[in-house]
Amino acid sequence: MDDSSPKRYGRGLFLATLFGGLTSIAWGRPVWNRFSGTLSGIESLVPLVPHGWRIYSVADHMPTFDPATWRLSIDGLVQQRLSLSYDELRALPQAHQVTDFHCVTGWTVRNVHWRGVRLDEIFARARPLPEAHALQFVSAEVPYIDYLTVQQSQLSEVMLAYEMDGKPLSRDHGAPLRLVIPEMYGYKGVKWLERINLVPQAGDGYWEQLGYDRDAWVGHSNGYGA
Amino acid sequence: MKFVRRFSRTERTLHWVNATGFLLLLATGLILYLPRLSVLVGRRPLIKDIHFWGGIGWIAAVALVILLGDRRGILRTARDLEVLRPSRFNVGQKVNAILNAAFALLFLVTGLLLWLGERDTRFRFTSTVLVHDILLYAATGLLVGHLYLAVIHPATRHSLRGMTRGTVREDWAEEHYPRWAPPPAD
Repeated sequence: MDDSSPKRYGRGLFLATLFGGLTSIAWGRPVWNRFSGTLSGIESLVPLVPHGWRIYSVADHMPTFDPATWRLSIDGLVQQRLSLSYDELRALPQAHQVTDFHCVTGWTVRNVHWRGVRLDEIFARARPLPEAHALQFVSAEVPYIDYLTVQQSQLSEVMLAYEMDGKPLSRDHGAPLRLVIPEMYGYKGVKWLERINLVPQAGDGYWEQLGYDRDAWVGHSNGYGA
Repeated sequence: MKFVRRFSRTERTLHWVNATGFLLLLATGLILYLPRLSVLVGRRPLIKDIHFWGGIGWIAAVALVILLGDRRGILRTARDLEVLRPSRFNVGQKVNAILNAAFALLFLVTGLLLWLGERDTRFRFTSTVLVHDILLYAATGLLVGHLYLAVIHPATRHSLRGMTRGTVREDWAEEHYPRWAPPPAD
């Protein structure tokens, strides 16, 4: 090519950027994870997004936590209704776990330290009736709810968590109490939890009413790993 | 002092429509993305709607300016940008414009996929949100450099006049764009 028809490297740059960007929708995450050692170092240099958490909420305002008035109610198909204050909840036998948190939109936070209470402690005190086969978790963030079957609630790492990474749960993470289910995507883990209602069977939670899967197994639901 | 014409009315409208749309999306996007801002502002459903429809409006407005404006002039400018040699623009400006155009389309595609994926699992991919985020960092990086050169750096900030009033000083143009033969200001 002579000087009168100069090479159009600009067009090449435009097309290459487009091509790289579009195909990275297929290869971006695997490559990112492959180099996550170095890249998570870079991520931690961005203190604006701590540990890569994104904060999702569905109402106009996040609920605020007042220790003086806050209660966790356990009711529905139980022999003994409970209304626990924050101090009473903290006085129950504690559990601790380090688990990964997966969001259905594709991001993951590794090695989250959770402290809280197992549902067994709640069951031992409320004593669900035999016809109770599911739990409805109700958030103070109206109208967010979700369900687990009693069987799912018995998975070993399901927790009602009030501490994350050594600190009381912050407002954006659902203070003072959230549900944690490491084997399921995060939308099942109701934040700002204030009521557990024992019901005959599981229904559709907030996102399930919008088409998400009721059984949100990580890697095997919501169109992944089908 | 003698002035020469730097940017046409269509080019200036295009630039400011693009800038307004980008800044609206940057602001609403940061509210959605940064936990501290999310807590402070709240109203996530509303911010999400503004971000999504703002994005559609941004691309539509840019397309409309080109369609209704001086299409031939825009095409001429685009042809000039394709050749990475100093002319009416230097190579850095050309690369900036090319990357911004590509990023806008990638923002649009990944944004649409995020919106659709919330409604239908067939459009859900684990990398979409990551690509949208990386675009944010890359585009913001370009914006910071662009703002520094256009507003702060003493030797280059006269160029802002070209984008506001359409003209720049002739001696300044000769110094910064020796390979450009500018049309005189009318």
